[in-house]
Amino acid sequence: MAEGSARIMKRLVPMWIAIIAGFVMLLSAFFPMTESWGETVGDVFNVVAAIAFVLGAGSLAKVNLAKISRRDQGWGYAAITLICFAITLVVGLGKFGVPQSTQFPLLGWSGEKDADGSIFGWIYEYALVPITSTMFALLAFYVASAAFRAFRAKNLEAILLLSTAFIVLLGRTFAGVVLTGWLPDWASGLRLENLSVYIMQVFNTAGNRAIIIGIALGVTATSLRILLGVDRSWMGSGD
Amino acid sequence: MISSALILCAISLDSSGASDVGLANASITAAGNKADLRDKIPLNELGQEISAPPAAISISAEDVAWDAGGAIKISWQPAAGTTSATKWIVERAAGQGAGQGPWTFVAEVPIAETNAVASKLSPDASFFFRVTAVSPNGSSAVTTTKSAATGYWNFFIGAKLPLFCAILLVSACVIYFILAARRGRPMKVRRIAALEAITDAVGRATEMGRSILFVPGIQDMDNIQTVAGLTVLGNVSRTAAEYDAAIEVPTSRSLVMEAAREAVQASYLAAGRADAYNADAIRYITDEQFGFVAYVSGRMVREKPAACFYMGCFFAESLILAETGNSIGAIQIAGTAESSQLPFFVAACDYTLIGEEFMAASAYLSGEPDQIGSLKGQDVAKAIAAIIIIIGIVLATGAAIAPQGAMPAALEWLKGVLGS
Repeated sequence: MAEGSARIMKRLVPMWIAIIAGFVMLLSAFFPMTESWGETVGDVFNVVAAIAFVLGAGSLAKVNLAKISRRDQGWGYAAITLICFAITLVVGLGKFGVPQSTQFPLLGWSGEKDADGSIFGWIYEYALVPITSTMFALLAFYVASAAFRAFRAKNLEAILLLSTAFIVLLGRTFAGVVLTGWLPDWASGLRLENLSVYIMQVFNTAGNRAIIIGIALGVTATSLRILLGVDRSWMGSGD
Repeated sequence: MISSALILCAISLDSSGASDVGLANASITAAGNKADLRDKIPLNELGQEISAPPAAISISAEDVAWDAGGAIKISWQPAAGTTSATKWIVERAAGQGAGQGPWTFVAEVPIAETNAVASKLSPDASFFFRVTAVSPNGSSAVTTTKSAATGYWNFFIGAKLPLFCAILLVSACVIYFILAARRGRPMKVRRIAALEAITDAVGRATEMGRSILFVPGIQDMDNIQTVAGLTVLGNVSRTAAEYDAAIEVPTSRSLVMEAAREAVQASYLAAGRADAYNADAIRYITDEQFGFVAYVSGRMVREKPAACFYMGCFFAESLILAETGNSIGAIQIAGTAESSQLPFFVAACDYTLIGEEFMAASAYLSGEPDQIGSLKGQDVAKAIAAIIIIIGIVLATGAAIAPQGAMPAALEWLKGVLGS
């Protein structure tokens, strides 16, 4: 009996919620009278996601506290994580330093949490943004190492890839314009800057569109499998 | 008398819309003396007075058919002849104000165009519209609609009809082949190397005594790629449970963490290894994109997982993760439908599920006839798309060769049907 109710709550209820919500979202894209239904489903999702955030924060705290209590390697970083998390949470929820909203001057805490002058806004602007920008900047080095490996001329396909990349890269620099600028007008199509545009507009666009059409069809088929209840593996089991 | 002469002079400089200009300057004439008037009427480089552009002769507004009721099309007739105006400014006012305002900006339109669409309006609400021609010399008189126009709700959004038909067609193909598979029709699916390699990757991790890292993207459960990633996670975790390999799933969304826990727990139960399930191995890190990347990259360098799976929606972090995994010598399998990230995964990973392969992974791994049938339906829809593309190529080529024939009309018709 208990097993049956557990199955209903863990399998059938989520499946039917997904099916109904999915069809409502689909209909709301085409039938204006159902547009508000789709917005309601979106709002419900946001509420559920907000509630789930508490679970996420709980997981973060549990894992890092366990690491500290066990004195695992690098437990100091776990402590820093929790301290930073607590500080950000307190100054964000408490709206420390937030100026009063001009729109609602009589209401307490009516200003935006990240308004100018707020501690939360300061942390975001002067701590988070520089740190994330640093991570993003690392991408340049990763692009270089990946390109070095991808463009090694190991076989015919790799040679073609290397040649194409060479033309496209060179065609987008001043050096490319200078190198082939001497070509007469009747052969202007062979100038590197024009070849680069041609490759990107014709070959690249054609290949990219083929992938996008495949993705669109795949998304439709996957959605349909979930909406029809044929694919239930996203809940963990097809049973 | 002097004022009147000035007005006539201003009118004479403009060959069209004289009455409008006269009306526009009438208030100026009545308001002040000659000095005031000279301040208000602009002069050209020769010191000659220049008139403001002529106003539109008439303006009308009508509901946009087959929409959600939030759009009204405004059309106007410009004055005949040349004008120095560069743009039109369209404004609206609520219908209750009887066209008296207050006026809200709707659109700025190049002078060559004579219509605009006011969108995002409240359905069933009425509005007056007015248009003004603007030139460097000033603005014309306003031309206002005689009556208020209303954007009505419609049953169906007509502009989306081609998309709706395409979805119906694809759905019909998919459902037909699901039913055919249920009736026992054999379905053959080509081998997907990346999915076949999952067992090898998990086996390698087991032999090396190292963990498996699975990253289900950085988007939430409302993204179909995340859902597709979790279906692959179910299969990977089941294999890991059977091989007794440790699996770690860092997530950037709390809801994904909960769904991933359900998927992994169910897999461990199905493998008969419920005792080996560790909920803390599936953990929430942060919603912040690069904060998440910093954690996962650091974890990879410290723990050196033997197999890394990236299945879901990725953006700039794709290359950072894949290159870090490559540097630690992990076997890497990626899958995403973000076409801009595919080259990075292809360059840095051992196997990559490209777009539709990733979406087909769940069906492929399940091996269920129903789901395999849906892949067949997807293939038929793809064949239909290919036929339409070939027809389009033939028509476009024909239209380029013979611009006067029937091909251009046919091409335009096809473009119209496809909604481009």
